[in-house]
Amino acid sequence: MRQSNLYILLYAAGITIVCGGLLALASEGLKERQQANIELERKANILSTVMNIEDGVNVAEVYNKRVKSYVVDFNGNMVDGVDAASVNVEAEYKKAPEKRLLPVYEFRSESNPDKLEFIVVPVHGFGLWDKIWGYVALQADLNTVQGVIFQHKGETPGLGARIASEDIQNRYRGKKVFEGNELVSVVMMKGEGFDYSDDPHKVDGMSGATLTGKGVNNMLKDYLSCYVNYFNKLKQQQAGV
Amino acid sequence: MSTATAEAVVEKKREPLLSKKNRKLITHPLDINNPITVQVLGICSALAVTTQLKPAFIMALSLMVVTASSNVVISLMRNTIPSRIRIIVQLAIVATWVILVDQVLKAYVYDVSKQLSVFVGLIITNCIVMGRLEAFAMGNPVGPSLLDGIGNGMGYGVILLIIAFFRELLGSGALFGFKIFEAIGLHYTGNGLMLLPAGACIIVGIIIWVQRYLNGYREA
Repeated sequence: MRQSNLYILLYAAGITIVCGGLLALASEGLKERQQANIELERKANILSTVMNIEDGVNVAEVYNKRVKSYVVDFNGNMVDGVDAASVNVEAEYKKAPEKRLLPVYEFRSESNPDKLEFIVVPVHGFGLWDKIWGYVALQADLNTVQGVIFQHKGETPGLGARIASEDIQNRYRGKKVFEGNELVSVVMMKGEGFDYSDDPHKVDGMSGATLTGKGVNNMLKDYLSCYVNYFNKLKQQQAGV
Repeated sequence: MSTATAEAVVEKKREPLLSKKNRKLITHPLDINNPITVQVLGICSALAVTTQLKPAFIMALSLMVVTASSNVVISLMRNTIPSRIRIIVQLAIVATWVILVDQVLKAYVYDVSKQLSVFVGLIITNCIVMGRLEAFAMGNPVGPSLLDGIGNGMGYGVILLIIAFFRELLGSGALFGFKIFEAIGLHYTGNGLMLLPAGACIIVGIIIWVQRYLNGYREA
């Protein structure tokens, strides 16, 4: 009986239904907690571009207190009714730059909640193997890089994957993205071990990972250029005040 | 796990669960039949997740949960499984447990689950799990199967923790993230080799050497 075809078919079907049901149940039951973790990580990523997150810091609390987020379009106009957290940067990346929804995270001063301290924008692009993404924080002059954070999906460990390390990300600190009113971004050079401290638009490269570096360069240029109109507007406002 | 423990208790009344024979199911995988150092199974994850103690510990725990619970489930079903599709059935059970573990890790220890990344999912293909199902759970009652699963999970876990202990200590000068050399006022520069898979290979080699020396192993 145990070897008959009908028995085998029914047995396989039964196993599939039971296992599938169990997994669906678990996935539904744990979804809320998993989403909360992802959300917390997003907030921690944004904060880590402008501050050191030490153990025990309540990320959600700091974020709620100091970060104000909104969405702008390519022309620098506010987009109402869209929550910055709900914007899927990966999906926006696939659209033409003029059509993208662009989230902005303003990091406000602790003493004066109206004073802009840093402005954080997401970036998204392609490395050598797969997508890379991150956040760039600019100081209130909308020019000096306060900090960056990069992440990747499939860059080569020990080579391109180094973009996710602090060592590489710290190289961007203090660099400038504008020259006058023109966006020149920050470019990672080929070769490693050079000193670019006197050039505000260049950072030292990653040996063996030039193509990932190029991906990062394209990503920065591409995404920052979407924000240029908005930054210009902000600058005019700042000048007006 | 709670149902698994309940099964074990019922078993106890019929035949002493921790009889001499059954105790061996736990102790043998720890030493003379260790899945990593003697059978040389599950090496891939042993090299990948042992740079620090914390992920190694979680990985060991996950694997133990998976081997023990899959062993129990397969043992319960062993008399109904059609032999022609038994491997697929085993795979389905293992995969279900692994995905459950993965989901729980994502919900409760997100940072560790990110570090372990694909390796939790790869427990599905870990030879230890499938090996124990095919070699033991298919032919033995629930109680011994549970012990066998726990034993082999522990045998794997012990080696993982030993490797991770040395790799984290020598590679980062820390244990469970606690900077141990700094705490006693010594400056320590991490040994980069220990952070690479090659470091794990060397330590596995040394463990096998020491173990064979202690057990008086002779190459046949």
